[in-house]
Amino acid sequence: MNDVTTPILTLRNVGKRFGTNQVLKGVDLDVQRSEVVCLIGPSGSGKSTLLRSMAFLEEYDEGEIHINGQLLGWQSISPRRRASRSRLNQVRSSLGMVFQQFNLWPHMSALGNVCEALVRVKGLTRSDAERKGRAMLDKVGLAEKADAFPAQLSGGQQQRVAIARALAMEPSLMLFDEPTSALDPELVGEVLQVMKQLAADGMTMVVVTHEMGFAAQVADTVAFLDGGHIVAKGAPRDIFHDTEHPRLQQFLQNYLDRNAFWQDLKETPA
Amino acid sequence: MFDWPTFLESLPLMAQALVVTLQTSLVGLAFGFVIGIAVASMRLSPTPLLRRLGGAYIFVFRGVPLLVQLLFIYYLLPRIGLPNIPPIGAAIIGLALASGAYIAEIFRGGFLAIPHGQLEAANLLGLSPWQTLTRIKVPQAIRLTLPALVNEMILLIKASSLVSVVGLADLTRVAQNLAASNYLFLQTYLVLALFYCLINIPLAGLGSLLERRLGRSA
Repeated sequence: MNDVTTPILTLRNVGKRFGTNQVLKGVDLDVQRSEVVCLIGPSGSGKSTLLRSMAFLEEYDEGEIHINGQLLGWQSISPRRRASRSRLNQVRSSLGMVFQQFNLWPHMSALGNVCEALVRVKGLTRSDAERKGRAMLDKVGLAEKADAFPAQLSGGQQQRVAIARALAMEPSLMLFDEPTSALDPELVGEVLQVMKQLAADGMTMVVVTHEMGFAAQVADTVAFLDGGHIVAKGAPRDIFHDTEHPRLQQFLQNYLDRNAFWQDLKETPA
Repeated sequence: MFDWPTFLESLPLMAQALVVTLQTSLVGLAFGFVIGIAVASMRLSPTPLLRRLGGAYIFVFRGVPLLVQLLFIYYLLPRIGLPNIPPIGAAIIGLALASGAYIAEIFRGGFLAIPHGQLEAANLLGLSPWQTLTRIKVPQAIRLTLPALVNEMILLIKASSLVSVVGLADLTRVAQNLAASNYLFLQTYLVLALFYCLINIPLAGLGSLLERRLGRSA
């Protein structure tokens, strides 16, 4: 099951509908061990829904998702019967997730946030959990903020605590749902830096992001979603440079236009 | 004006009654909290039957006056074959059931104010529904609704004066008895009022203190 050639995450024909709105229309994706996959696409393209389906925060209603060879969320596919809570937790125990809104628990310190599941779920003693929690906070560069409460931390620091909280559970796959979209531009870098380090350490990652620079630099594979499909997928070079796909070209052009404000200034006489 | 010797003579009885009122109210409130959290969770459950049961509970116990509930518990339940309940038991049950309905509505508001993403994070990290309730939802709901909860506690302690109808020697009952024998109605009821203030003013103070202390970390 942990064979290097077996994908850690496989999606086969995954579909999801909200009422009459078909958000995902048959998505196929394999994620190999230590691979970094970035999901890009316009809003409403289904990329967040796809990522949330990988954690079964959305119940995908067509196709199959396997994590480490185990079917996620469902006990059987036809008819669809939900897996028991303990079964779901067991399959999900190998994944960690980081959210756009951090989702730290505001009544617990940074260390408390990291230690909570270590104590309650993994059954570590308080002192073992704290040792491990401090090591995780150190890893994201926040060792000295262990006793701070979320409200006392900047957005970037909160997101790094959230990353430490997920890492503490020793996942083999990390999901990031627009981890820098709620941050002030100046704080984006520190979070991306932690994510780059994680990727360099060999963590398997699926990242929904609007940070094309990060995708270009760190991703092994970039997948472009539009209208509930993966319409283009490949190495960053293929996606960002050599694509012939009109919708992707348009998407990238929009992104470039938005980020090229200085070009206008250059052309305007002072 | 103020008859000090009679006042001093009545003090031991009033002090005893204060203990009865405190015991009844606080034990009633403690159970009321448990009922409140349970009913609030039912009201927000994904299961329609549970939601309806929670709603029915609040409809009944918030809708029927506490006085009527107490009479019902003390006089009517034994008639339909249930064992006799001592006055203090009936008083505690009555206060717990009624405060549970109010606390449930307060907690429902508190639970709804917690961002859903926090619960998703808890769920993904493997916390059980019980752990999520006790470690994530309740501590935050208490912080978010502390002013309303303190208000409810004070209201309940004042409402506990109604338990005198089941014959419990609480503050109100004892003061009534004293006034009936010393004929100093105004003085005795003034003292009674002061005794209630004696409980509620520190309680309100404790509430503000907690708000300030918890506010720092929330």
